[in-house]
Amino acid sequence: MAEVLTGIGVCAGTVAGPLLWIAGAPALPAPTTVTDTEAEVARAEAALASVVAELERRADRATDGTIAEVLRAEAMMADDDMLREGVREQIEAGQDASHAIDGAFASFREAFTAAGGYLAERVADLDDLRDRAVAVLLGLPMPGVPSPGHPYVLAARDLAPADTADLDPDQVVALVTEVGGPTSHTAILARALGLPAVVACPGVLAVPDGTLVLVDGATGRVEAGVDEVTVKAATEAARQASEAASGLTGPGETADGYGVKLLANVGSAKNVPAADEAHAEGVGLFRTELLFLDRAQEPTHDEQVAAYREVFTAMTGRRVVIRTLDAGADKPLPFLNQDGEPNPALGVRGLRVARQRPQVLTTQLAAIAEARAQTGADVWVMAPMVSTLPEAKEFAEAVYAAGLPKAGVMIEVPAAALRAADLLGVVDFLSIGTNDLSQYTFAADRMCGDLADLLDVWQPALLQLIGICGEAGRAAGKPVGVCGEAAADPLLAPILVGLGVTSLSMSPRAIPQVRAALAARTEADCRRLAEQAVAAPDAAGARALVS
Amino acid sequence: MPTRTVTVGSATGLHARPAKIFVEAAAKAPVKVTIRSGDRKPVPAKSMLSVLALGAKHGTEVILEAEGEGADEALDSLAELLAKDLDADHG
Repeated sequence: MAEVLTGIGVCAGTVAGPLLWIAGAPALPAPTTVTDTEAEVARAEAALASVVAELERRADRATDGTIAEVLRAEAMMADDDMLREGVREQIEAGQDASHAIDGAFASFREAFTAAGGYLAERVADLDDLRDRAVAVLLGLPMPGVPSPGHPYVLAARDLAPADTADLDPDQVVALVTEVGGPTSHTAILARALGLPAVVACPGVLAVPDGTLVLVDGATGRVEAGVDEVTVKAATEAARQASEAASGLTGPGETADGYGVKLLANVGSAKNVPAADEAHAEGVGLFRTELLFLDRAQEPTHDEQVAAYREVFTAMTGRRVVIRTLDAGADKPLPFLNQDGEPNPALGVRGLRVARQRPQVLTTQLAAIAEARAQTGADVWVMAPMVSTLPEAKEFAEAVYAAGLPKAGVMIEVPAAALRAADLLGVVDFLSIGTNDLSQYTFAADRMCGDLADLLDVWQPALLQLIGICGEAGRAAGKPVGVCGEAAADPLLAPILVGLGVTSLSMSPRAIPQVRAALAARTEADCRRLAEQAVAAPDAAGARALVS
Repeated sequence: MPTRTVTVGSATGLHARPAKIFVEAAAKAPVKVTIRSGDRKPVPAKSMLSVLALGAKHGTEVILEAEGEGADEALDSLAELLAKDLDADHG
């Protein structure tokens, strides 16, 4: 009997497979008495050897050179004569394999800690190696993301960047987390990799390792305990959909040739190959937060230039819409000292940070301008969380003053959507962030799983606000894009186009299906559907028009 | 016993990438090479953990020792490696 769990869908797609938990560090077992010293030494050495083998396998597989090098260095630390000698001494002194490994690492741990600086930071690597070896001895999965060699759904309380640095999209087919929100690291990662994902799903805690689950990343539904037939059918349907879509390439357009730019959301140059593979016409949302996350200090001008230049270079000749720092609310940054806001989602976030710390924006714009000057991308800059005309005007002036040619604002606040025509008087383009626009239109926290129905992108009131922006764009002859998750929904794409949206930016993996959906409709069709969707009584009614 | 005294040339010291390059080279040497800094106990140069634990920084003086056939050649090439800035050498 399948059990239905509900969370928040943060990246669309339906897939199925066995659910595997990210494993935590094992606790050291109670000491045991060793009778056969040689056998115990062999056991300990075999455990270390499998740790080395696993790290080398991950290093071979890693596509990122830096990650591969880090993994290889870790493997070398576990494949060490002196470590093995230490383990043997401990076992000969009466310790069991787990405690001997712990003890042998401890002596190096002490030396590393005493040395300080870089070495003190490597203590975490030693602990990780010890945990891995102990897990092998206890027959437990090694800590971290499992690598069983077959497709599976990864479950975790939440995912941190360190857990997912070398996540293998050939094995991980979906993500489900107990906590997190639509803009948590899990969600950002899922969209970058095009993995269906459900966050804020407390029910997943009760799902044991290995249970077959069906994950719908659009609705946030997770069915636990499905049968093999369901898994096969879902896998086959996903394969067919991607095959049908992959036959089409080239610029996005409707059946009658009305062009709609299909762009990619990226967080770094790492995502560019996927964008190219999907024939993205450019980048519609370059999130710059990744560079700032987990930083005690603001990244320097030069660091920023280097990161932006990487993406701009890869996109030479194409459009890159870069968003200035979207900090605050669910993405607090240590260096901004934003503790203590009673209601961060309604607090100092996005462009509002510039009220208190204008130099963060100035530095960022200067870095973007310098990176642009060194490359050949068509760079557009936009600000998040803009509410009023004066805010938009001030931002546009700062962008132009930095020597950048195109300034735009995101539409995430209903006030901005209502005044879209005014805003287009001072900026060159608009980009609608549907996730936040939903949250602020319906006064429903994106993190609140119980209110998921209010946050449905098919809500007619949300579509109406998008329509106001689209109309303003048509009247001004200026582009209006959508870069929220709504853009990745193939069913909704024709309606967005009908509402006047001129570009859709999404995780690269979603592009082929959106391209196929647009190619199946004429522009007149899109406009008719859009009108009906806005007039629908509720989200289900709007969705029923196309499904 | 053949000995070489070398000053660590890598800008970041003898860890991370430079340590990896040095340890890999030492493991390939035909003789057993030890490394020590100051009057601490010599440790095997092919043990990554031991080399890291030296905590040798840029400018730290370390002593390489080896015995047997080919010891001088092995020490020469390892000493040369240590003296270079291995961080700068990304070739």
